[in-house]
Amino acid sequence: MRELSVKKISTAVRDLCIEANTNLSEDVEAALNKALKDEESANGREILRQLVHNAEIARKEKRPICQDTGSVVVLIELGQEIQLTDGSLEEAVNEGVSRGYKEGYLRKSIVSDPLRRQNTGDNAPAFIHTRVVPGDKLTLNLMCKGGGAENCSALKFFKPTSSRDEIGQFIIETVSKAGPNACPPVIVGVGIGGNFETAPLTAKKALLREIGHHNSDSDLAKWEKELLIKINNLGIGPMGLGGRTTALAVSIETTPCHISQLPVAVNIECHAHRARKVTL
Amino acid sequence: MIKLTTPLTEEMIAGLKAGDEVLISGKIYTARDAAHKKFGSQPPFDLKGQIIYYASPTPTKPGEVIGSIGPTTSSRMDAFAPDLMAAGLKGMIGKGSRSPEVIEAIKKNKAVYFTVPGGAAALYAKQVKSAKVVAYPELLSEAVYELEIVDFPATVTIDSTGSNLFEIGRQKYAK
Repeated sequence: MRELSVKKISTAVRDLCIEANTNLSEDVEAALNKALKDEESANGREILRQLVHNAEIARKEKRPICQDTGSVVVLIELGQEIQLTDGSLEEAVNEGVSRGYKEGYLRKSIVSDPLRRQNTGDNAPAFIHTRVVPGDKLTLNLMCKGGGAENCSALKFFKPTSSRDEIGQFIIETVSKAGPNACPPVIVGVGIGGNFETAPLTAKKALLREIGHHNSDSDLAKWEKELLIKINNLGIGPMGLGGRTTALAVSIETTPCHISQLPVAVNIECHAHRARKVTL
Repeated sequence: MIKLTTPLTEEMIAGLKAGDEVLISGKIYTARDAAHKKFGSQPPFDLKGQIIYYASPTPTKPGEVIGSIGPTTSSRMDAFAPDLMAAGLKGMIGKGSRSPEVIEAIKKNKAVYFTVPGGAAALYAKQVKSAKVVAYPELLSEAVYELEIVDFPATVTIDSTGSNLFEIGRQKYAK
């Protein structure tokens, strides 16, 4: 067994929260720059120009890219040969979030109760999903997810006999309905298969794929490219003001499911996609 | 680029068309969900000719004027906007679509809706020259701030005739 102190996990989470929120990742910035080059709409180009400039200011001055510094989603892959020491894993992750959001001057956007709505004051708790895997490493996939885009996500159960076109139509309609509200150009994460609780998580995992990379299944990769073209043909454009750039990427992931089911989850992500990964 | 200084007058607003890029200067006020729920149609500042910015900033670092401050989704404030416009509100800055009722109220009261891009919050903070909380400090980032802004870039999205760039732009580029 390899011993790993949860204090190390806490510090890693703190650092990832600050880094993700102030330093737009290369793939997203490259996608925005490409969109700026290709965009036909003058209003759309002005928006994209501001987004690229904003990323530069945020990185240089270590300011948050967006004022909605998000809810923290942490996907943990815990090697089964690890013995965790010095406390609880979930408490350590939440302490890391708390320190990151206080020390990084990030906005606290979590309420302790969905109906009474009292702010917890430190952006904890995070949404934590832990999977035990072989080996003696621990991997943290962390995402700071803005509220506006998350609000535009959807889940639908299709018939097992439903066609690819019907599913595609649902994905396109979800982006269409989100319109200007999800902060386009968006990133579209699609989870197909699984069940009521796992399909949305698969969609979220799809969002963690780097922009420009496609599903290793060539058939799905082709579908991702087709859907991206159709979504961009909606004309919604940057911030919904009209234009060619409505989405930067479509990522589809699939998992096994029941013979009677075909769930499809669409998780919408804004262009301020803030994700980071570390292995301890 | 059109320059505007608050408070907005009917003449200034009449000259704005959906799609115009503007630079806004002067005092504006922030308010989002929790503040709107508290003040209803009677906000804790003089509404006449004013702009509400649907926003709540990140915490201010020592030595800075304000943290990052971009817009939130405007439609969550749609239920409150018509009464506020009837009471004198002339401008709203936010992101995303507005309801038919809000668009009707914009036409009726000769008001205007501006879009600023979500996710450009660091850039917008640079245009804020002073900031103070004027109400509801207990709401933390959702408190009402009075901001003094200079050359704040925004796009006229719904003008006082009801012309709506979300529809015009989308139709123009849809294939």
